[in-house]
Amino acid sequence: MAARNTTPLAPAPRSFGATVRLALRYVPLLILIFFFTFPLVFMIVSSFKPGNQQIFADLRSWRAFLPVGDLTLDNFKFVFENSNFPRYLLNSVSISAITILLSLTVNSLAAYALSRLRWRGQKLILSLIIATLIIPGQATVMPLLLMVASLPSLSFADGLALTRGWLDTYHVQILPFVASAFSIFLFYQFFQEIPRDLDEAALVDGASRFRIFTDIIVPISGPVFASVSILTFIASWNSFLWPIMTVQSDELRPVMVGLQFFFQRDVQWGQVMAYTTMITLPVLIFFFAFQSAFVKSIATTGIKG
Amino acid sequence: MAATQSVRPSRVASDLAPGLVMGGPAFLLLLVFLIGPFFAGIWFSFTDQRLISANPTEFVGLRNYTRLLRLGLLPLDPLVDEATGQFQRDAAGNLQFPRSRAFTRDRENYPQYAGLTEWFYLDQGNRRYVVLAGDPDFMRSLVNNFFFALVVIPVQTGMGLLLALLVNQGLRGQTFFRTMYFAPVVTSMVVVSIVWRFLYDVNNGLVNEMVRALTFGLVQPVNWLGEPGVAMWAIIIMSVWQGAGMQMMLFVAGLQQIPEELYEAASIDGANGWQKFAFITIPGLRSVLVFIFLTITIAAFQLFDQVLVMTNGGPDGATSTVVFHMFKNGFREQDIAYASTIAVVFFLIIVLINLVQRRATAERSA
Repeated sequence: MAARNTTPLAPAPRSFGATVRLALRYVPLLILIFFFTFPLVFMIVSSFKPGNQQIFADLRSWRAFLPVGDLTLDNFKFVFENSNFPRYLLNSVSISAITILLSLTVNSLAAYALSRLRWRGQKLILSLIIATLIIPGQATVMPLLLMVASLPSLSFADGLALTRGWLDTYHVQILPFVASAFSIFLFYQFFQEIPRDLDEAALVDGASRFRIFTDIIVPISGPVFASVSILTFIASWNSFLWPIMTVQSDELRPVMVGLQFFFQRDVQWGQVMAYTTMITLPVLIFFFAFQSAFVKSIATTGIKG
Repeated sequence: MAATQSVRPSRVASDLAPGLVMGGPAFLLLLVFLIGPFFAGIWFSFTDQRLISANPTEFVGLRNYTRLLRLGLLPLDPLVDEATGQFQRDAAGNLQFPRSRAFTRDRENYPQYAGLTEWFYLDQGNRRYVVLAGDPDFMRSLVNNFFFALVVIPVQTGMGLLLALLVNQGLRGQTFFRTMYFAPVVTSMVVVSIVWRFLYDVNNGLVNEMVRALTFGLVQPVNWLGEPGVAMWAIIIMSVWQGAGMQMMLFVAGLQQIPEELYEAASIDGANGWQKFAFITIPGLRSVLVFIFLTITIAAFQLFDQVLVMTNGGPDGATSTVVFHMFKNGFREQDIAYASTIAVVFFLIIVLINLVQRRATAERSA
């Protein structure tokens, strides 16, 4: 795939020396491709190898990065049939999807109210929200844990009842992450750039503030909705510390936590790699397809992983 | 904005209802799940709050902070052999010192050392100075974070810049290379940590095999995650691998902001490549550099997922970090009050980094 870049495609007459020099400029780039992708290639390739024995044997040569030997889908089959992976996957997909939907709605509306409407206390709330950007999530996670453990919760187990504690639920994995000061800030910045004449014209026509939001602002704000979706998705899909602390039941676990199952006994690396491949590859494919949108939104945070 | 308000003062009031309806849910959620816990954490740090407890929570003043941050110095004289009057020495001829525990546990005679534990010691001549700490594990974690930051900041910044220059030469296919280098950034840290844990394995690890192949078997296999002196380096290498693509992208964006005319003008004036780099590229990247320093430093102090998955803080606390120490105390020991105290100190460190960065930006632009 990378090889086609080593030879210049331009048919323009070029001296032999210039061609060699151009090719040489690609050498460091290709070495770096190996450096940045070898663990991922190794992960994907190993997931098709039958057992630890072959994986370990292949480590001694380039075979570690090549789909060679007895290739099999057994690891994937095992993960699907003998672990709770389908359930974990369903959990993670639903948790991410609901978080994204709620997050887009709630944060864009708030940013609209802050950017477009004029009301008492608006400036104060805006500066408060910007001030909270400095609080890292990890700084509030401990008191938050105590708080969710004592919040009232509706239980449907034996009829409708009010119980205490949000631990071991789906909503404990969703609700704390719906509102985000950073998302509000991104929406706010974007909305500030939209000319106010658009709203004013619609107001004169008798449209309500809410109609202006849904019919004028939302349709032209695609890029910022995409950015917030991507950031919310990555945070939600990769969440690890929080579900470890708040979820005990196996049926409620997201994919990152469910992975523990494979480390309980003898580690079969082929199965582990099949599992990690299945939770990584969709994200990577999505990333390659929409790489410019991904890069732009992740780079705004500057925070890795 | 003020003009709009003075022309139509009635609008100020009329938007309040839609404003609160539209913004209300987000404001309420932020209040409950961010601002509330933040202030609750500050309060808990002055109490003995536990995750689950039968006893009512009590105010304990600064007790948690003393336990977390207190330091002490214990000078020790060598043990003397009573028969000969000489210093006691072990087989290797080293002086023997009394154990620091003899003093820290002797509340009656040495109340000033009560509640402290040995952190590390320094020998000077015939004297040993033992540095004691209320929570040596926290001190070690803090040092680990600083060490991680000190290595990762220059390495990752340098690598990011180098990568950015390489993929910004105007070569065909450079977007493809950028995308590949960025791929680890979008991969989950948990997945990356598990794969690297396997790569770092002593007996069956790919890293040792590659080192062996590259050095023709001269270098012995390294126990990457099992040796106290090496484990943090293993985490650093993996973290740089995972994050460098991010810095590359930030630098690429910065490079594209530098006007091409500057380089052309410099060429006319006879500047060489290095001069252009030092006097145009680097100054042009100033604001990107400050942003990168800030984000890497903050990320360095947030180090956690890698540690939990790869080493569990070990071996012997060599890879424990501030957030890991907080997790250990708050979740495993269920001591919410003490974990909140760590969180407050952690937050203050982040604020300090931000202030330093702001100062740096202000000085540059002044």
